[in-house]
Amino acid sequence: MKLYKAFVYLVLGLLAVLILVPVLWVVMASVKESSEHYGSPWALPTHIHWQNFVSAWTKANMGGYMLHSVTVTGLALAILLVVALPASYCLARFHFVGRRFLNTCFMAGLFVNVNYIVVPIYLMLSDGDKWLKTMLGSTFLLNNHIVVAVVYAATALPFTIYLLSSYFSTLPHDFEEAAYIDGAGYGRTMVQIMLPMAKPSIVTVILFNFLSFWNEYIIIKTLVTDRDEWTLPAGLLNLMQAQQSAAEYGSMYAGLVLVMVPVLVLYICVQKNLTKGMTVGGLKG
Amino acid sequence: MRKDPKRTAFLWLCVAPAVILFTIFMVIPTCNVFRLSLFQRSTFNPKETFVGLQNFQYLLQDAVFIRSMQNTLLLIVMVTLFTMSTALIFAGILTREKLKGQNFFRVVFYIPNILSVVVISGIFSAIYDVDKGLLNSLLNFFGQEGILWKGEQHVILSIIIAMVWQAIGYYMVMYMAAMSAVPHSMYESAGLDGADRFTQFFQITIPLIWTNIRTTLTFFIISTINMAFLFVSAMTGGGPNNASNVTLLYMYNQKNLGGGYGYAMAIGVALFLISFGLSALVNRVTRRGTLEY
Repeated sequence: MKLYKAFVYLVLGLLAVLILVPVLWVVMASVKESSEHYGSPWALPTHIHWQNFVSAWTKANMGGYMLHSVTVTGLALAILLVVALPASYCLARFHFVGRRFLNTCFMAGLFVNVNYIVVPIYLMLSDGDKWLKTMLGSTFLLNNHIVVAVVYAATALPFTIYLLSSYFSTLPHDFEEAAYIDGAGYGRTMVQIMLPMAKPSIVTVILFNFLSFWNEYIIIKTLVTDRDEWTLPAGLLNLMQAQQSAAEYGSMYAGLVLVMVPVLVLYICVQKNLTKGMTVGGLKG
Repeated sequence: MRKDPKRTAFLWLCVAPAVILFTIFMVIPTCNVFRLSLFQRSTFNPKETFVGLQNFQYLLQDAVFIRSMQNTLLLIVMVTLFTMSTALIFAGILTREKLKGQNFFRVVFYIPNILSVVVISGIFSAIYDVDKGLLNSLLNFFGQEGILWKGEQHVILSIIIAMVWQAIGYYMVMYMAAMSAVPHSMYESAGLDGADRFTQFFQITIPLIWTNIRTTLTFFIISTINMAFLFVSAMTGGGPNNASNVTLLYMYNQKNLGGGYGYAMAIGVALFLISFGLSALVNRVTRRGTLEY
């Protein structure tokens, strides 16, 4: 039995090493000097070379990408919450004509993969732009961060509504009845009584969608043609596919660390919510 | 039921924005995938001409499409097999044994799942690099020749490794949640009857969480198609020589390859039908009477 336990620890430790070593290696490589990238990949850096981050931030445009990532992700989350919260509240707690139909539609939406429909979305927006050009003489649908944020929010709706309304439907009805008797209207009851009670599921929704918006790079690459306007992952991928010399390895790894760190910090702070929330709405693939 | 104009207005106000966004950006594009697959339309000639099933006829003779489909199916099978078996075993260990640092392992195993595919492909290009890669330097250390990990011969294997690395934690946490619902008394009575850990795992744990395993199989099919697209487009771009091309990437690339949007959508429809059929088949094969506990 002792031997079995030791074996179990060994195997678990091995898997942990296989996951942690590559991640830590990138962090280590991000502070290596360019000449060190020619040496053994296992050698530790002789000193911390922060210059990589400076040149990634300024020369490789990581600063601009970071700004776009923050604005697009923040905007998409805001739109998503404003749209999805009232909708899931109503779909979960009111009986009205067409409710079953809407619930089924949103459920079906869970199985529509964004990457199948990104080309039709692009075509729709570019047709729209052409039409706007003849009508107004200017275009604003493609190459627009706000539109990208709207697309992010819209494609996240099925998952978000599914998760939120399954939480709303578990809350007892007594609170709403009490609020109505005290004279609160529908809107006030929702905002002041019911939304605060749904806080745990709102946190879960924000976490999952933050991760998927922050890490996304196909939609932004399709809907935004100007490379300088991309977000961190898309810009970084561009840098990775272009980098040839060791001089650029430093800023490439620095860029990787810049994408990784916000996500890792957030994860370590809230990992309990994340792994718990996943089993509530474990449909996100 | 009360008929209250205020209530109706409130419901409209709440539900309408979500329905509108959902319709514009999900329902219409999805319908357009099917509609456009019967039309011809390219970047330079945006006029849509109806061509019937012609796009699908071309599809059957397209060697690259067939190659990409084979790769997609290969990835679905291999990634599912490796990820599922490893995740089940580790979940079994972590829920059954009293171990120190259990939480640490759970937190660490989930890390790859939160990283962007771009970051993972950056990590793995450092690992797979021919001269300075971590894997090849280890092989050299043990006196082996380095391997061309992203060469035509090994590229699929390299992608499988990266995808399994990413997915294990997610499915492990999922199976752990299911396994922790199995009552402890079952294991105790089985232990008294002389069943060892392995017998308990295969005779109690697996049958009792069978419904969960079936559900995750459908997830595996849907998400592997998607993840394979993300991984391949970031790691190899489908190369070398289409050796690692997958169907969703081939569809996406039609935009630049000049095959036209109609053809791209026909590829999408074919992929959708195949994945749907595959899910139905898996569902049918794995059907079993539910066990209650």
